[in-house]
Amino acid sequence: MRRTVAALLSKELALELRTRESVPAMVLFTITTYVVFHFGLDRDSIDGDLASGVLWVTLLFAAILGINRLFVAEHEQGGFDGFLLAPVDRTALFVAKAIALFAYLCAVELFAVAAYAVLLLGPSLGQALPELVLVLVAANIGIAVVGTLVAALAIQTRARDLMVPLLALPLLVPVVLGASSATAPLLATGGAGPLPGDWLALLALYDLLFGLVAYAIFDFLLED
Amino acid sequence: MITTAFALVFFYAPVDADQGIIQKIFYVHVPMAIVALFGFMAGAVFAVMYLRTRDRRWDMRSYVTIHLSIVLAVGVLVTGSIWARASWGHWFVWDEPMLVVFLIVFLLYATYQPLRFSIEDSEKQARYASVFAITAGAFVPLCFGAVRMAENLTHPQAGTMTTSGPASVSQTFLVSLLGITLLFITLCKYEMASKNATSKLRSLRRRLAGDDDFTPAGGRSAAPQL
Repeated sequence: MRRTVAALLSKELALELRTRESVPAMVLFTITTYVVFHFGLDRDSIDGDLASGVLWVTLLFAAILGINRLFVAEHEQGGFDGFLLAPVDRTALFVAKAIALFAYLCAVELFAVAAYAVLLLGPSLGQALPELVLVLVAANIGIAVVGTLVAALAIQTRARDLMVPLLALPLLVPVVLGASSATAPLLATGGAGPLPGDWLALLALYDLLFGLVAYAIFDFLLED
Repeated sequence: MITTAFALVFFYAPVDADQGIIQKIFYVHVPMAIVALFGFMAGAVFAVMYLRTRDRRWDMRSYVTIHLSIVLAVGVLVTGSIWARASWGHWFVWDEPMLVVFLIVFLLYATYQPLRFSIEDSEKQARYASVFAITAGAFVPLCFGAVRMAENLTHPQAGTMTTSGPASVSQTFLVSLLGITLLFITLCKYEMASKNATSKLRSLRRRLAGDDDFTPAGGRSAAPQL
């Protein structure tokens, strides 16, 4: 199982490094979205609640782009058949894809948060950065798990681009709620407040629950 | 059974309403919400049964419960906003977690039908719909657990109706809850029977027409076929 996951993951990352399909597009999308928010809100700098909301909505929509692309190569070039012919556990594909999506999201946020601090964010990130990273990681796990499940669900449907946001957005609302509530005090003007623990607990619970659900039912999406 | 349930809800319930006419809507609103949420979770359980047994009847049950729960959810949203308009002065209040969560759950389940429509192969359709039903079914208790955690008391909690106030209120409430539940189960049975009859008719027609030149009659439907 571990070797299969490692092999699939290295294939996934090699593919992304060579084609550069998802991550640059997602980064570009987040920066464009900041510009759109700048004009939409007509504000030069934002802080607190509004700042964390803008950040998380942007990251969520960027994640939707990545989720949309996640299984396209497998679907179009017969990777599913090849994988099913191999005598390995099918859950390995889920684990590898979820880790890959997690890595993409982390890579995107590296640029996105930096660009956010430069372009739109009022208070400096400074000492709030470790807490912010914690929230980002917790939210990324949830997005990666649910996103992989939704991507696998939607890839076989006729209207894939339509189904992914329709399915993923309501499912990811708790992530946005928890993450943006947890981030809001970190981005407040006049020094970062303490990290609210209960919202982080909600994120962790979400990650755990959907991790287990997805782990249990992913097999059924791959039987053709 | 269905007549009794209806009679209890509509003729017995208003007798005890003592907080003005608008309060009566609770005898419909709250049970519908509870039944719809349990219907969604029952749909998830049936979906698990389908994935375990691969028996198309479980998929049909899952489809029917979710389908009717969506109908009930529309009813909940409509009656809830009527009450909110009368009581709070707004059709929809955003800082009220219960409403927002119910809306999210409704939006999530509203994609169930488009998902079924967009998969052609019927076996695959059943499998994917089941996976969706399980995921969404796990989502429902998580969301409402989070709401209980946030605990905003503007929205009257379902539990307060049975514990506080005169006993007649709680009796009526329980009766109407039972009534809506029975109504839901009955509707499920009717829809199952109708779907069974349609598929039997279709297979008989197919046999009559011969397998080649058969074109399915009637409108498009995402319902599973047995």
